[in-house]
Amino acid sequence: MEMILNFPCLCILLTMFSAIISSALNRRWARYLNTFVVTLVGILSAAVLMFTLTSGKSYVYQMGHFPAPFGNEIRFGSLEAGMALFFSVIMLLSLNGGREKIRMEIDPGKEKLYYIMINLLLSSLLALVYTNDIFTAYVFVEINTISACGMIVITEHGRTIEAATRYMIMSLLGSGLFLIGICILYDMTGHLLMEYLYTSISNIMAAGTYRIPMMVAIALIVVGLAIKSALFPFHAWLPDAYGYSTVSSAAMLSSLVSKGYIFLLIKLIYRVIGFEVFFGSRIINVLFVFGLAGMIMGSVSAIRENDIRRMISYSSVAQIGYIYMGFGLGTGAGMVASAFHILSHGATKSLLFVAAVGLTDASGGHKEFDELTGAAYRNRLAGAAFLVGALSMVGIPLFSGFISKLLFAQAAVQSQGKALAALVVLAMSTVLNAIYFMKTVIRIYTPTDKKYEVTAFGYKVSYAITLGCFILLNLLLGLFSQPITNWITQGLTILQ
Amino acid sequence: MSRIRDQKKYEKTFAFHFFRWLSGEKDMYVGNMEMKPQREPEETEESIEERMKDHQQVLAEVYDQTKNKELLLFEKAYKFLSILFCLALVAILIVTVSYLPRVGNAANPDNNIVSETYIKEGLRDTGAVNIVTGMILSYRAFDTFGETNVLFIATCCVMILLMVDEDKIKENADSNDRDFEPKNDVILQKAASILVPIVFLFGIYVILNGHLSPGGGFSGGAMIGAGLILYVAAFGFNKTEKFFNEKVYTVVKVTALVCYGCIVAYYFLTGANGLPCLVPLGEPGKILSGGITLPINIFVGSEVACTMYAFYALFRRGGL
Repeated sequence: MEMILNFPCLCILLTMFSAIISSALNRRWARYLNTFVVTLVGILSAAVLMFTLTSGKSYVYQMGHFPAPFGNEIRFGSLEAGMALFFSVIMLLSLNGGREKIRMEIDPGKEKLYYIMINLLLSSLLALVYTNDIFTAYVFVEINTISACGMIVITEHGRTIEAATRYMIMSLLGSGLFLIGICILYDMTGHLLMEYLYTSISNIMAAGTYRIPMMVAIALIVVGLAIKSALFPFHAWLPDAYGYSTVSSAAMLSSLVSKGYIFLLIKLIYRVIGFEVFFGSRIINVLFVFGLAGMIMGSVSAIRENDIRRMISYSSVAQIGYIYMGFGLGTGAGMVASAFHILSHGATKSLLFVAAVGLTDASGGHKEFDELTGAAYRNRLAGAAFLVGALSMVGIPLFSGFISKLLFAQAAVQSQGKALAALVVLAMSTVLNAIYFMKTVIRIYTPTDKKYEVTAFGYKVSYAITLGCFILLNLLLGLFSQPITNWITQGLTILQ
Repeated sequence: MSRIRDQKKYEKTFAFHFFRWLSGEKDMYVGNMEMKPQREPEETEESIEERMKDHQQVLAEVYDQTKNKELLLFEKAYKFLSILFCLALVAILIVTVSYLPRVGNAANPDNNIVSETYIKEGLRDTGAVNIVTGMILSYRAFDTFGETNVLFIATCCVMILLMVDEDKIKENADSNDRDFEPKNDVILQKAASILVPIVFLFGIYVILNGHLSPGGGFSGGAMIGAGLILYVAAFGFNKTEKFFNEKVYTVVKVTALVCYGCIVAYYFLTGANGLPCLVPLGEPGKILSGGITLPINIFVGSEVACTMYAFYALFRRGGL
């Protein structure tokens, strides 16, 4: 067995070990350990990605001494390894970008607890990406939920406590539905491992027994994960949670936590439920409608918002709508577009959050648009980064957002019966995106004579480097889209 | 500037005003309209108070349910709809369950090769007489390690919410013990001094025999934690701190989790790479048997005991 095949398992264990050891360290060493581990996970995942891309196969890794249906397993191909790499890169960048804020907003005695949360969040994300067993997935969904709550509540003012409570209630409802779905599936098949579930489910669907419980189980699992990733009617917890938590938490919640659940859903669609069964059911129509509604309603709420952080949060609702719309199209191209949008939205949204905090800090800490007038002149790099993020969100060529919109449009044209609705809403949503993002961009580039107290935050070297990396990542996704879509397509085919 | 029209005409167009507004150069109406410079209105304290009172009254009336019909309607509709939603969910689930196979039927899909293997081969594979312990700690070791981490992260979250500074704990130490708990309650202390050792012993017994009889790390750890809580309730934090303070807590918790992690990592890496596991399975039924289940039970037990005690201490005084 190749040495490199041990890396995914090692990544998961490393992040857990670092969380455990952090609780005995002081805050400085906890921070160093966290940075080291996230970087190491990135490097190891990159190695796995290279290996799986060259071999073009997927691998099953047995966790323990017992083979398939008895013991635990993880499984990885190029798509999983790439996602792990992407998650660790985004995590590193958003932590670096918000480092000063973490120091300012979090009680020094509790900073190491924050790093424990981050480490366990990464471990749960890796496990969700690599898992080959739906019960393992549930266990790590739990860890993911608790760590996300901890990340919201750590700034300790009334708003975040309220936001965390709402998030926890909605998220636990989602976990509960997901668990009930797993129980029903187990009752019908007697398996928890994905491969065995897949064969049993296709047998059941061929035989025609258990049709109703099967549909209910699929619906419960999909709705559970949709609640957790804030699909439109279940998004009420989102703006508070993203708007008031510390900036690194907001960036990670929007681009990692919700994306982890969506990736799990992609994995379940391909590896458990089966592509044909899922797209043959009527559930995708519901997802399609909710996705379209989210694309419009999220943008409308964002236009009404007078707080830049909450505006970006509402924009997330719209973007999650895009991803579920891609699922709802019911074609392979739609799935590729959704998978690409996970990357593009993850990269752009964390960039926007990190850039927005530079702008608000240059305006004396105010988040209202009145006060942000001319903020881009006071912190030029943050302004430029926000411009890049806004252009990408609107869908201007060169940037990643354009490619995902193009892919969605292509997928919509290929689908039957849904093309018109998808294209019209896509166009409307693009215009709405442009309204609120361009409004902000014009606002921050409008000169003003008002003077604000200069904070040192915007001029830190690490902050500047982070923004530079984010912009590069965005351009990279926008310019080299062909190899990336090839990789996603290959990864999705070997997922089955 | 316009190159086509002359300046005066251009200044009247919409485009000129728009670009001037965009660049924020000047107030559009300066020079065009007579404007008095604004002066801060002077207010006496009484008028401020009056205004605040008005504001309060308006708020009170808006949120007064008897007067605000819309709020009342919303409250009622909200209750009605949430009950309706829950009932619908319950109905759907009941209908679904009625389609599922009946419990206890031998031909059910879940009575397949997996559970059969656990029952038949469990003892031979894991060396644990208690099949459940063997299953969760050997066959599905990864899930259980994840579960233990759930406990760990739950403690960390409670710490984020409830932990206060150490100085504050010391400041309030007296009132904490005296006001909210019966201090020097003789009956409680006598009972505790008899019960606590028994509880500890039974907890240790359950942990050590986890692979032989019902129980294991999770249940035994909960018992030891309950014993610690009883001791604190009877004798107060000052006495407990002599043998169980934050330092001991951190050392025990970190050691237990790190050792557990090391065992699990060794087990995974050897298993996946086809190497033999060097931990002997031992003779079934003996106390030193069960391969990795016995040490894992011990570490899980200490972690769970620490977690239980930490919850109690954090909720009661915001620190360990």
